[in-house]
Amino acid sequence: MRRIISLILLAVVALGIALCVIHIPFGAPKTKVGNYYIDKGREQTGATNIVTSVVVNYRGFDTLGEVTVLFVAAIGVSAVLATLKKKFQKKIEPPSLVLNAGCRFLFPLILFFGAYIFIHGHLTPGGGFQGGAIIASAFLLTYLGCRGRRISESRSKLTESLSGLVFVLVGLIGLAIGGHYFLYNFLPKGVLHSLLSAGIIPIIYIAIGFKVGSEIAGIIDKLVEES
Amino acid sequence: MLAAAISASIFKDLMNAVIASCLVSLIAAILFFLLQAPDVAMAEAAIGAALITAVFVIAIRRTKRYEE
Amino acid sequence: MNFIHNYIYYIGAFGLVFIGIYIILVKRNLIKVIIGLSILDTGINLFLISIGYISKGTAPIFSKIDMENAPMVDPVPQALVLTAIVIGVAVLALALSLAIRLYHHYGTLNLRKIKEQRW
Repeated sequence: MRRIISLILLAVVALGIALCVIHIPFGAPKTKVGNYYIDKGREQTGATNIVTSVVVNYRGFDTLGEVTVLFVAAIGVSAVLATLKKKFQKKIEPPSLVLNAGCRFLFPLILFFGAYIFIHGHLTPGGGFQGGAIIASAFLLTYLGCRGRRISESRSKLTESLSGLVFVLVGLIGLAIGGHYFLYNFLPKGVLHSLLSAGIIPIIYIAIGFKVGSEIAGIIDKLVEES
Repeated sequence: MLAAAISASIFKDLMNAVIASCLVSLIAAILFFLLQAPDVAMAEAAIGAALITAVFVIAIRRTKRYEE
Repeated sequence: MNFIHNYIYYIGAFGLVFIGIYIILVKRNLIKVIIGLSILDTGINLFLISIGYISKGTAPIFSKIDMENAPMVDPVPQALVLTAIVIGVAVLALALSLAIRLYHHYGTLNLRKIKEQRW
């Protein structure tokens, strides 16, 4: 009974949406704001990756909101799972030698790869969120491979808080020094295609990379705790 | 991709449903690349196909495995 | 045939959206509902990026090789979808931790039984 009603409802809604979507042509240029960002993006921000300059420079306040949402979710996971009673500790069998050595060998390589991605965020595709996710998956590898090792919780919380603070402080300094709005790009723009260019964009992306990586590693640590 | 999504709703074993949703995420990452968006493809592949699946598997281990 | 070839991305994206809504409405297990939420999220992100596509355009990154003035794809929907993917992760992590907590309290994850046990 429930299935039939929901299928009929979905068919009606699908018909309505199909009548609206037909009028959207696929592959035709639609807006003018994108063309403005592509034309003026290089000289106004100094970054060659246009998506990065839109995320950090032109719409930087939305990125601050998203970092806040991720922070609230990490706090929520810690708060909800904090009061579960622990059963008696099961005996964890030690992992085999090949697995243990392999995971310990791969861990710094993956960290370097993630750091490369978020440092070169304004030159190549990539950026803070992708690099942070790769760093978090390096920590996931140690949870799966070398069982019984945990990351220290106080150090990850310290990294996360300091990175968030760096982001807000850079924005406030921009407000105080030159411009009339938050997150003003006040450092010199530099030469195109070089690493030290595009003002405050590398600094913000490094802070976001550390923050996202340590946050998701903290979430996985809370969920794995043997209860 | 649509076949993977339909089979994610049919399976009774929850592990199989999670792996089907990981397949949906992976094919979506390839489609993002074909639509000329490399940043979004990298983000979807790293987050949707690796971290989300791992979090689901850890949560299923702490609760029941078979749907009633 | 040409009609389907033009709109195939829209059909795929909305197919995912409707399968996700069907799973949320009909299924009884709580973790199945959360899987449906994840599929719904992926469908909406695919739709947003397929709107910003321009025919024969390239990715919006200036590489070292000076290319001709080729048209570039719209960069604004890509910035929005980058944010939306990360927020999807946050919502799913919090939902799964609440599901674990519910399992410890009620002993089952069947939504019919949980609704009948209201104080």
